[in-house]
Amino acid sequence: MTKPCAVSLDPAVCEMVEKAKRLGVETVWDRYQAMLPQCGFGDTGLCCRHCLQGPCRIDPLGNGPKLGICGATADVFVARGLDRAIAAGTASHSGHARHLAHTLKLVAEGKAPDYSIKDPAKLRAVAQRLGVATEGRDDREIARDVCRIALADFAEQETGVAWANTTLTKKRVEHLNELNAMPKGIDYEISDIMHRTSYGVDADPVSLLVAGMRCAIGDLAGSYMGTDISDILFGTPVPVVTEANMGVLKADAVNVAVHGHNPVLSDIIVTVAQEMQDEARAAGASGINVVGICCTGNEVLMRHGIPPCTHSVSQEMAMLTGALDAMVVDYQCVMPSVATVAECMGTLLVTTTDMAKIPGATHVAFKEETAGEDARKILRMAIENFTKRKGKPVDIPQYKEKVVAGFSVEAIIAALSKLDAEDPLKPLIDNIVAGNIRGVVLFAGCNNVKIQQDKGFVTICRRLLKENVLVIATGCGAGALMRHGFMDPANVDELCGDGLKAVLYAIGEANGLGGPLPPTIHIGSCVDNSRAVRLATALADRLGVDVDKLPVVASAAEAVAEKAVSIGTYAVTIGLPVHVGVMLPVLGGPTVTKVLTDKVKDLTGGYFIVELEPDKAAEKILAAIDERRKGLGLSVPGGDQA
Amino acid sequence: MKQQRREVFVFADRCMGCHSCELACATAHTAAGNLYGAILGGETGYGRIFIDLTPTGSRVPVHCHHCANAPCVAACPMDAMRQREDRTSYLDEENCIGCWSCVAECPFGYLQNSDFLPIKCDRNCLDDEGVPACVRACPTHALVYMTTAEYSAARRRPRAKAAAR
Repeated sequence: MTKPCAVSLDPAVCEMVEKAKRLGVETVWDRYQAMLPQCGFGDTGLCCRHCLQGPCRIDPLGNGPKLGICGATADVFVARGLDRAIAAGTASHSGHARHLAHTLKLVAEGKAPDYSIKDPAKLRAVAQRLGVATEGRDDREIARDVCRIALADFAEQETGVAWANTTLTKKRVEHLNELNAMPKGIDYEISDIMHRTSYGVDADPVSLLVAGMRCAIGDLAGSYMGTDISDILFGTPVPVVTEANMGVLKADAVNVAVHGHNPVLSDIIVTVAQEMQDEARAAGASGINVVGICCTGNEVLMRHGIPPCTHSVSQEMAMLTGALDAMVVDYQCVMPSVATVAECMGTLLVTTTDMAKIPGATHVAFKEETAGEDARKILRMAIENFTKRKGKPVDIPQYKEKVVAGFSVEAIIAALSKLDAEDPLKPLIDNIVAGNIRGVVLFAGCNNVKIQQDKGFVTICRRLLKENVLVIATGCGAGALMRHGFMDPANVDELCGDGLKAVLYAIGEANGLGGPLPPTIHIGSCVDNSRAVRLATALADRLGVDVDKLPVVASAAEAVAEKAVSIGTYAVTIGLPVHVGVMLPVLGGPTVTKVLTDKVKDLTGGYFIVELEPDKAAEKILAAIDERRKGLGLSVPGGDQA
Repeated sequence: MKQQRREVFVFADRCMGCHSCELACATAHTAAGNLYGAILGGETGYGRIFIDLTPTGSRVPVHCHHCANAPCVAACPMDAMRQREDRTSYLDEENCIGCWSCVAECPFGYLQNSDFLPIKCDRNCLDDEGVPACVRACPTHALVYMTTAEYSAARRRPRAKAAAR
């Protein structure tokens, strides 16, 4: 039954790909085939279009042009290109955060009645971290001050970015200040990148890379702010149980997928859908079934247990079922092709933000001030669309996996407190020291069409779990793992090594679960990589070391978005080894490639591991973990102790 | 008799001058056989097809026609420029003395020299489907790999359409 196909390991996706072929619906995989072979100059970062004298291409095999028309070297080409990707990723995450900050501000001013401060404790904790007085003050007053600091973080400030200054270890902040890698302002650094990468400005590859790291720390700040404010407005996640994959669609329900990123939209859709169940039933449906796609799916999974339908590269496939009545999107990672597939399959595609319109979609301007009303309007359109589909055959692939998710740092600490209330991180550290946990790996990022969907994540994760690596996951990396059963506690025995198994059981049982935690720990959406940073920072602080000493590695095994580039860069900048499973467009610059994969280690302690073959990547990740274990004087498997 | 042999043909008006054919050709002739491997292995190489700029600003790929009575083969004093039975001509670098007789005789000005030896298409670049790397890499199908009959039909079609109007 479960047979993978050439494009995906996920049998549900494979079924829908077959259906697309039958119906002649063009998919992302068809377009990829049509694009092959891809341009070698672009692939290696050696095409520059930064001025009107271009385009310039440098011959990576050495016998054509060696310099751009302006004299820029191959290393300058690729460093500038990388910087612009980092700036775009930073703009995306921080744009998401700014949207949330504006929403919180409206709440504080009483102008957004459909939102509220769901987690006042988190508001107060964030406020205290930022130095905002909380004693005897009203939530709204505190929120107003938090928003003021948040919005100020975007501009240039002498004091720098609060969400960077207060979220890293003291040592890291000092070190990055010495490297000139602490941002002055989030937007300031994005703008600085655009300036220095323009015609005739920065021609020093190392200087360009340092600016990229500074901007990437701005990306971390934006992401961290996004997570903080989302938790404040929508609640800090606690463990939830649900199911994932296309089998969560229901033939007799109004199926509405929320797709994109910001809970400002998706959380309201979920809430309003609950209120409109009767309306859906009156139209002949069993109810409204909201499902998630990509990271906004993760947001509502983490907070409401909304079942994720599919992720990333397979987003078109949700429509191919014929059962999706509406796809409601905000921004980021929404392929414009969904409009065409929607037309073929009878799905209503609704765009909601001014900055992300798609021809062929129905646009409903979603305003925070009128959020509930706007959501009702959208859901009514979905119900109306259901009535056209009602009774017609659908093809819902009958695959779904149990998922236990919702592990915010707060939830993880709460779970660990059951083992040691005084010092919750101690059990984790003790188990790392004892070797029951060999290290921690964060899986993040997307599904890339260049890789058989999920293969990178599944192959590497399978190996790491057997080697007792504690796996945490975010974004569509988490999505890949959940669709293959890696978040079902029932699979711990099969997937995990003995040491890890014991830890997962111990925590689970101490928390009254009557069994283990799931094999991999879902910590949220892609902005929620900040939760991983928060956990790593807390561990480092507790141990009295910096993050660059921890046996912690990140892996973006199937990265796509520019956001993945900025995340990878901030992870390297705070001192983590970062595996990337697709080629970064820097290979044409030999010095830059050397710096990113090696020399940067001397500066930050982190570095990129570019490895396209998952089996080899797993070995390299394990080697990186063991190198750090040795550095801490800890045992490594095989007894090779430093 | 049905023609089987395919040749590289050019639709010059489709050429964007992107140099992808040159890079793909050079890559196919490296030991690694792929761009990442060639760069990581420090290899260099030459494309055996060239994009030329005409005086009017249009771009034209210049490629080896693998002529039947190949002037380059006839011109070679060392028997280094050879021809296979399928009429594909190639350079035996071992015997080449770099005298440029072939360069002088090529009626298309296709043959160029590297630092030491002429650079010559040898078709040692075919993929699983027997398609040359330059053709495979061309994003606009300015380069095609067709039988002469197919190519002439493709050329004829627009004229026939215009005549029928």
